[in-house]
Amino acid sequence: MTKPRPIFDEMTGFSGQPRKPYEKYSEWFSKEEVAHLRRKSARAESLFRLTGITFNVYGVEEATERLIPFDLVPRIITAREWQTLSRGIEQRVRAINAFLHDIYHRQEIIRAGRVPVEMIANNDAFLPEMIGVSPPGNIYTHIVGTDLVRTGENEFYVLEDNARTPSGVSYMLENRETMLHMFPELFSQNRVRGVSHYPRALRRSLSACRPDMTQGHTVVAVLTPGIHNSAYYEHAFLADQMGAELVEGHDLRVVDGRVAMRTTQGYQPIDVIYRRVDDEYLDPLTFNPDSMLGVPGIMDVYRAGGITIANAPGTGIADDKAIYSYMPEIVEFYTGERPILNNVPTWRCSDPEALSYVLDHLDELVVKEVHGSGGYGMLVGPAASKKELSEFRAKLEAKPSNYIAQPTLSLSTVPILASKGLSPRHVDLRPFALASPNGVEIIPGGLTRVALKKGSLVVNSSQGGGTKDTWVLEDE
Amino acid sequence: MLGKTAGGMFWMLRYMERSENTARMIDAGMRMSLTRSSAAESEWTSILTALGLLAEYQQRYDGVDSARVVNFLLRDKSNPGSVMSSVESARTNARMVRTALTREVWEAVNECWMDLKELLARQVGQQDLPDILQIVRQRSAYVRGALAGTMVRNDIYNFARLGTFFERADNTARVLDVKYYILLPSVMHVGSATDNVQWETILRSTSATRAYQTLHENEYNPRDIARFLILDHRLPRSLAFCYRKISDNLDYLARDYGERMPCHQKVGEICARFENTTIDEIFDGGLHEFIMEFLSDSHMLGKQIETDYRFIE
Repeated sequence: MTKPRPIFDEMTGFSGQPRKPYEKYSEWFSKEEVAHLRRKSARAESLFRLTGITFNVYGVEEATERLIPFDLVPRIITAREWQTLSRGIEQRVRAINAFLHDIYHRQEIIRAGRVPVEMIANNDAFLPEMIGVSPPGNIYTHIVGTDLVRTGENEFYVLEDNARTPSGVSYMLENRETMLHMFPELFSQNRVRGVSHYPRALRRSLSACRPDMTQGHTVVAVLTPGIHNSAYYEHAFLADQMGAELVEGHDLRVVDGRVAMRTTQGYQPIDVIYRRVDDEYLDPLTFNPDSMLGVPGIMDVYRAGGITIANAPGTGIADDKAIYSYMPEIVEFYTGERPILNNVPTWRCSDPEALSYVLDHLDELVVKEVHGSGGYGMLVGPAASKKELSEFRAKLEAKPSNYIAQPTLSLSTVPILASKGLSPRHVDLRPFALASPNGVEIIPGGLTRVALKKGSLVVNSSQGGGTKDTWVLEDE
Repeated sequence: MLGKTAGGMFWMLRYMERSENTARMIDAGMRMSLTRSSAAESEWTSILTALGLLAEYQQRYDGVDSARVVNFLLRDKSNPGSVMSSVESARTNARMVRTALTREVWEAVNECWMDLKELLARQVGQQDLPDILQIVRQRSAYVRGALAGTMVRNDIYNFARLGTFFERADNTARVLDVKYYILLPSVMHVGSATDNVQWETILRSTSATRAYQTLHENEYNPRDIARFLILDHRLPRSLAFCYRKISDNLDYLARDYGERMPCHQKVGEICARFENTTIDEIFDGGLHEFIMEFLSDSHMLGKQIETDYRFIE
């Protein structure tokens, strides 16, 4: 195995001295008492509980509502770093929308031989129902959460493009509110760019994508699977903040060619539906017939241009992990530019040569299921036991096309407040981008997820991850 | 607003009100069993009856004793009418209608649930009962206060208020129904200790003891008590008061939506009964019959509101 690379700490770099963006924070921190900060941390937790920022854990009877732990040390990004990141994200979001349009129309990229046809044809995320359908404004993915990781001063990688229904934005907003509430002084010492306009920007962006046939005030609704869904809090939060209705499938039906919601005064048509329900459950007449979460007939209304669905059905083809490895080609093909942000080098195990390399180097690699999410079904080679390695080897050999592999990146760390003071932990970053015919808007910052267990690389909230407030500094 | 949200507001406040009423009934029952232990069993039985929970209770336990009934009414999660279950249902509805609530109202409901979950995690000893019952009433008052102080006066607010008064009138009527016989003129041994305690229990379980004493110079008198709880517009738990409020809230909706519905006709009929009646006429026609009829009409009105405003499909 290759020698492990040194780990880049975002507060202290490789040198141990505070990096420029963290200077003021470090100075402030040195004057604070750890015990006092720990009390504040407990206070933050009770604020979160009261607000109800909880997530539901599936399959656990008692204590089904849990908090995602919040760490009060902010993650700080400079104006220059952010400029590169946001340009790179915008480029990717444009490319993804162009790719989706192409894939569901002429498939030029396949004709050009840049993406193999099997990637599309044999992919469950490709929806034949979307062939030839042009969504309003030609936007497929309206809300994108691009997962980024950092490995050095100027080294960022895109880990995943979440183009279906990225979640976590409510944590970005509540984390900032909590920091403002607990440490107002930090915000007068540091010039941090605001994030609180996100719900308004989201509403504006969604309204800009409304169907041509609609008139007057734009009616926006958020479609949730219901209060038992793990992200219900976020659905309610976004609807509330946007001034939109929060609806479930049984509140909706198709009336006179429109999707309408049952109000106290009868059925009222909806123009834009921000759905947090997977494609499969969206319309029992078109997809899973047993679904109670969707609206029978919504796909017909959609195809006739009577409603905007955000994100569009079938966007999953763009954030599929097998497609991910083609993103550099996709960006170049549609934008004519070199990708600004790097992809993590990826072995597609469907390729026999790649598979044999992956099997030989299993203990060095991260292996992921092509369709998996949430950190499940994933192998982190260097951290795995012999038994886990051999079990995974069997899975790989049985169905190689189900997996991709990547080198284990030495993810950057940011300190958390541990019992005795600061202690570094690995982080990633999910900025949120909004796409509409008016352009791509990216909220400065995003959700920083942190692996609270020392040395762990898994940041998912379902597996012991926490979150941090993410600061993008104003220009110096 | 969504029909589902209207229903959620209505039920959220009904459940909050119910938790408070149940706590008050436990208080009255406890008081009775402390002062007259010989009558405790029949007292708890009538409280279980008034709450509509006697059958539920008997399915679980043989015999009625204070500790068991208190536990059943206060914290038994398998009892859908317990204080804990009511608060839990109120919060579930609050989560469902979260977008219709101000932060203050949501937090008041959520805090109520969090506090009671902790306080009622274990069996409550007799010595802690008064404090806990007080907390239940107080938390419910916080929710009402947050609602009054922060909510916009629109259709959402009116559905919430409908829930409050609907549940409250229902509760008062049930108390009267279970106790009507001690209010009948035929058993009027005025001044006997037995009846004084009985009458006081009625007033206590409707939170009307002090109000009665302020407004009535004379001793407890069954006719006055009945008049007070049924017809007096000054008492916020009387049937007449609650129904005038329900009528006001429904009128608001009719004006706001520009449409009168069948429920408006129905509520007018019920209200008329309180406006044009004296307590003597009620007694002449039969107190029990009057209350039974009221409960049945009230139930029908509830169904009508649910249909008219599309709570469910």
